[in-house]
Amino acid sequence: MGVSIQVKNLNAWFGKKQALFDITMTAAANHCTALIGPSGCGKSTFVRCINRMHETIPDAKATGSVKIGEVDAYNGTSAPQLRRRVGMVFQKPNPFPTMSVYDNVAAGLKLNRFRSNAKQMDEIVERSLKNAALWDEVKDDLKKKSGASLSGGQQQRLCIARALAVEPEVVLMDEPCSALDPISTGKIEDLIFQLKQNYTILIVTHNMQQAARVAEYTGFFLLGKLIEFEKTTKIFTTPSDKRTEDYITGRFG
Amino acid sequence: MADPAPNMPDIRIDMTSAGRQLAPSLERRPSPLAQVTDSRWPDQLFRYAMWACAISVLVILALIVYELVLNSRLSWNAFGLSFFSGQDWDPVQDHYGALPFIYGTLVSSLLALVIAVPLAVGTAIFLTEMCPVWLRSPLSFFTELLAAIPSVIYGLWAIFILVPILRNYIQPGLAKWLGWTGLFEGPPFGIGMLAAGVILAIMILPVISSITREVMRVVPSHQREGVLALGATRWEMIRVGVLRNARTGIVGGIILGLGRALGETMAVTMVIGNRPEIAKSLFAPGYSMASVIANEFSEATGDLYLSALVEIGLALFFVTIIVNALARLLVWSVTKGQPARGNV
Repeated sequence: MGVSIQVKNLNAWFGKKQALFDITMTAAANHCTALIGPSGCGKSTFVRCINRMHETIPDAKATGSVKIGEVDAYNGTSAPQLRRRVGMVFQKPNPFPTMSVYDNVAAGLKLNRFRSNAKQMDEIVERSLKNAALWDEVKDDLKKKSGASLSGGQQQRLCIARALAVEPEVVLMDEPCSALDPISTGKIEDLIFQLKQNYTILIVTHNMQQAARVAEYTGFFLLGKLIEFEKTTKIFTTPSDKRTEDYITGRFG
Repeated sequence: MADPAPNMPDIRIDMTSAGRQLAPSLERRPSPLAQVTDSRWPDQLFRYAMWACAISVLVILALIVYELVLNSRLSWNAFGLSFFSGQDWDPVQDHYGALPFIYGTLVSSLLALVIAVPLAVGTAIFLTEMCPVWLRSPLSFFTELLAAIPSVIYGLWAIFILVPILRNYIQPGLAKWLGWTGLFEGPPFGIGMLAAGVILAIMILPVISSITREVMRVVPSHQREGVLALGATRWEMIRVGVLRNARTGIVGGIILGLGRALGETMAVTMVIGNRPEIAKSLFAPGYSMASVIANEFSEATGDLYLSALVEIGLALFFVTIIVNALARLLVWSVTKGQPARGNV
């Protein structure tokens, strides 16, 4: 089951340049929360602070508190431990090109020294691929086909399967459809809808219709600040901040 | 963002109604390039010039082989295939066998790889993944500087510094702890196969290391992040996300280093011991193909002697080709059906 993401007073920097200012928000468990805003406004940085990918960039740092359910992300948890609870799907599909489809999905478990017999592993791989709606397309040559030989949309679903295989509580998606065509995008959106039953999803998107379609809650970022965080229906019909309204009606951005 | 989301248009409806005007510079003018006519000959010339460059490599190669075959015919007629399996190298009796030299070249190069590959890959990992930024360029500069030192200097350094260290400290230790393998027994001369292997390792280290560094650097960061996001530690990230993706290139670097080790002459000649014998122990002196040519060519009296030396040159040529082919076969079998670095 998914758990909530509670963020309090999160600030983030790249060197001396502050990228996030005092962000406080909670993403509800088993719901999808979308983050929108113009390029460079800090949405991606915010998401990367949640699984501590932000700190892998030299000179980058973050302060504040992030809790995944009851687990404090920045206190008493190592980054690898945290990332096992928080799956992530990136903007550009990044399957491991030297691994087969099967090994791509199993990679997270193998990395973390998960002990299992071949049968258990087969089950997990099959379940993850089914959950990512990719099973039917790849089941015939799971171990022969390389992860890189799939189409872009399939690769992205493979990456989702890879993230799901370690049974995270939260799945972060950083513009998962921006490199995909409309049909693949539709498939991923359908998938997000189903995944909500078991996971909490936080999705960054430039596509406001996508936010409206998949997310119950939406946050609007501008220049590193969270301007408005509301129910999606409210933010797209009666936003309370003028800047939000300007953005979603296309006056800037 | 790479590609604006496909379903945008509805929302952008009033983007154009904001009263924007066409900039004056966007008015239609005749193209200034419309008058230019193309001539075909620069393209043709360029094409033939490039063909000539490419062919010349093959021509030179063919000439070398032709010359080697021609001049080694005497020895080939005298000994046939047994030249390559014979262990006797006796200019006095005019009887020649090349096996000790082939053995010496292969073993010293292999030893060099065993020592150099972990060091070089480790250096490359440190330089690309862990090194503080201020240390990165000086360190890579000095690593590459190793490649610029003439091999005779390496030889001298080996004689005066490396050999005494091996003799006094390293060889006694190896004999004590690993003597049971049979690889490290006998009197510790210092000079011998081990010294040749170590000096070769130092010489090929910069080649392997700089190529490894380059191929690791071009592994896209999304691969590293993909592994990290699964909960990998740093070492796991390097192993799965970087080394695995770069392995074809790393093997390429190793092949280049091996090529240099097989052909290296001066430094090896100075420390290998120059005795045409096959001994299991790495402490024992040996001989290499390049060394025997360098040492004996100028004093080779008699046509058969000279011809035998040329045939060793031919053998070195083929050993290099075979080793390269084997290495490529290895890469091919490991990465079969997979792109070297797909999705980059």
